[in-house]
Amino acid sequence: MSKILNKENLAPEIDLFTIDAPLIAAKAQPGHFVIARASERGERIPLTIVDYDRDAGNIDLVVQAVGSSTMEFCSLEVGDELLDLLGPLGEPIEIKEIGTVVCVAGGLGVAPVYPKAKYLKEAGNKIISIVGAQTKEMIIMKDKMEDISDEIYFSTDDGSLGEKGFTTDILTALLEERADEIDEVVAVGPAIMMKAASEVTADYDLDTIVSLNPIMIDGTGMCGGCRVTVDGETLFACVDGPAFDGHAVDFDELMMRQTHYQTQEEKAKHNCKIDKEVG
Amino acid sequence: MTERQQMKKQKPEERINNFKEVACGFNKEEALAEAERCLQCKNRPCVDGCPVEVPIPDFIDKILEEDFDDAVDIIKGKNALPAICGRVCPQEEQCEIECILGKKGEPVAIGALERFVADFDLDSDKEEEINSVEAKGVKVAIVGSGPSGLTAAADLAKLGYQVTLFEALAEPGGVLRYGIPEFRLPKSIVDEEIDYIKQLGVEVKTNVLIGSTLTIDELREEGYEAIFVGTGAGLPYFLNLPGENLNGVYSSNEFLTRSNLMKAYKFPEYKTPIVTGKNVAVVGAGNVAMDSARTALRLGAEEVSIVYRRSRNEMPAREEEIENAEEEGIDFKLLRNPVKIIGDGDGWVKELECVKMELGEPDSSGRPRPITIEGSNFTIPVDTVVIAIGQGPNPLLSKKTPELETTEWDNIIVDEETYETSIEGVFAGGDVIGGAATVIAAMGDGRKAADEIHAYLQGKKMSKLR
Repeated sequence: MSKILNKENLAPEIDLFTIDAPLIAAKAQPGHFVIARASERGERIPLTIVDYDRDAGNIDLVVQAVGSSTMEFCSLEVGDELLDLLGPLGEPIEIKEIGTVVCVAGGLGVAPVYPKAKYLKEAGNKIISIVGAQTKEMIIMKDKMEDISDEIYFSTDDGSLGEKGFTTDILTALLEERADEIDEVVAVGPAIMMKAASEVTADYDLDTIVSLNPIMIDGTGMCGGCRVTVDGETLFACVDGPAFDGHAVDFDELMMRQTHYQTQEEKAKHNCKIDKEVG
Repeated sequence: MTERQQMKKQKPEERINNFKEVACGFNKEEALAEAERCLQCKNRPCVDGCPVEVPIPDFIDKILEEDFDDAVDIIKGKNALPAICGRVCPQEEQCEIECILGKKGEPVAIGALERFVADFDLDSDKEEEINSVEAKGVKVAIVGSGPSGLTAAADLAKLGYQVTLFEALAEPGGVLRYGIPEFRLPKSIVDEEIDYIKQLGVEVKTNVLIGSTLTIDELREEGYEAIFVGTGAGLPYFLNLPGENLNGVYSSNEFLTRSNLMKAYKFPEYKTPIVTGKNVAVVGAGNVAMDSARTALRLGAEEVSIVYRRSRNEMPAREEEIENAEEEGIDFKLLRNPVKIIGDGDGWVKELECVKMELGEPDSSGRPRPITIEGSNFTIPVDTVVIAIGQGPNPLLSKKTPELETTEWDNIIVDEETYETSIEGVFAGGDVIGGAATVIAAMGDGRKAADEIHAYLQGKKMSKLR
């Protein structure tokens, strides 16, 4: 059982949880994730380790209440306990001095981008961040991203913060002006956004790391539910990733596979909402 | 000679609509009648056929005396998981094949009798009497809580070691939990058997992935003087065919984990979903394939077929499970091999393209080699495909423990005699050293490895001499 030590609302239906998990905090590195299950009937859901404090033995997770299991997770309060928490999982990304790194974060993608950007910054890199969401209210961890960025740009679909448009519009403009300055791009968000960002950077032959978000069950490489095609080869995102070279990923296949349980998820969510209303 | 007692089963037309256990077990009268058949022969070939050497005639004798408590104790002296073994062991290839009665008629139903006494024990609600041994104050870590780890843990605990069992999933049991379905092995039985092992003093730590959460080195730093690795063979093999990543294509591990471990068959009461279409094809013909096919049927599929490249004689599944599958209406497409999975244009599987096969000369496995009949391609309509062609060891632990030597197939290399790996004090057994085998073979490994660990810890073996 893993106790929830702190809960902070970041945006409508998005919460940051600080969880007591000393073994996981001791091993966590940027790029790692956990599998969490809130209760006995719940699903196992993968969540990025957003930050970790080895001394205090805590990890931070960001959860958006989009389906029945994440809704259940977000209903937990400080002092409640998660039934299961397994980690750290996946391969961490390499943190080294590269030069200038552009970190592109779409929506909830801030959660996986932040630890990478933070430790890349600590390793002596210049960080240019591009953070986007649908609206100003949906931009999460704005202060934290500002703290670790040398430059930061925002985009919103409605223009309520920064540029009106997508993160990739800003990335495109940035590369048109200053591609020579940039050594690497980290882009995480919805698959469609990672695909678009990778297409933009491909024109400049710019190394691009993406972090994939396929459906997972165990997170330890025993089922292949999270399989993705990278450079023509089938890999398991939970053990071979979740970070991959964006130019090698088959994003269309990823997006297709993400829809596998759409019908069931709607049903579960519907039931969950009824429970809420009745209960 | 009286005839072998036949175990009652749920009728096929009923059981395909539920996940309840198919085989009902013997009642007392049936058990007594069956026990009566045992000749109590002197040379006891059945015991030699049992990988953990249960003294079979002795417990059968106790059944005849209606002393079921003693019968259980005799079995548990050698086998910590009798209610499981009585259900899932391939007795027809082990104890029962050696039974003298089998030479002229049908062998004694040893598995069914083992199950009868084990279930009697679980039902009896009596406080388990655990012979308390003097605690040695020596810590042993077991990595993986499947059949080999559970057996090693039980044996070492009985010897007085302080045993901790580390499991990556949320519940212990390994393949007993996520692989074998409820209709063949009820999870309440697995729970009760594991409770017995906990009563022996074994501590179970779930949600710990050794290699990631804690390393082998850290276990040693924490004072574990010996470590047993029983991490199994949980890496699913795929066919590497075009279309294998389409929606609706599952590895058997994923399909069964969703249904068994996460209880997706109770969706939406349980939150993990599973998609089973009307037409399901399961590729492969081992026990895992039978389990997958029969699970699909119970999840509401209308047509379920087994697609296998050899013939019925070569199918590796237990005869009993093949018969159960046949009774339930599974369609066996034998001498057929998939070559392509075809999608519907929206990312979902629509058809399975196969070729017909014929059998040639025996190959290295001793089974006739399947040969493709060129130009015999045909398609079958499917909306779900489950790949059940086998699995290998998960490379995660060995990848994170470079000094742990493995074969090119990621099997951990052990000394044949001592079960010791390339790291001193670290032992391994079960499917991780030999590829996917049976529950009882893994238990046999766990038992032998526990003996070797005991010898090692007593200093009887000089590791320097390795």
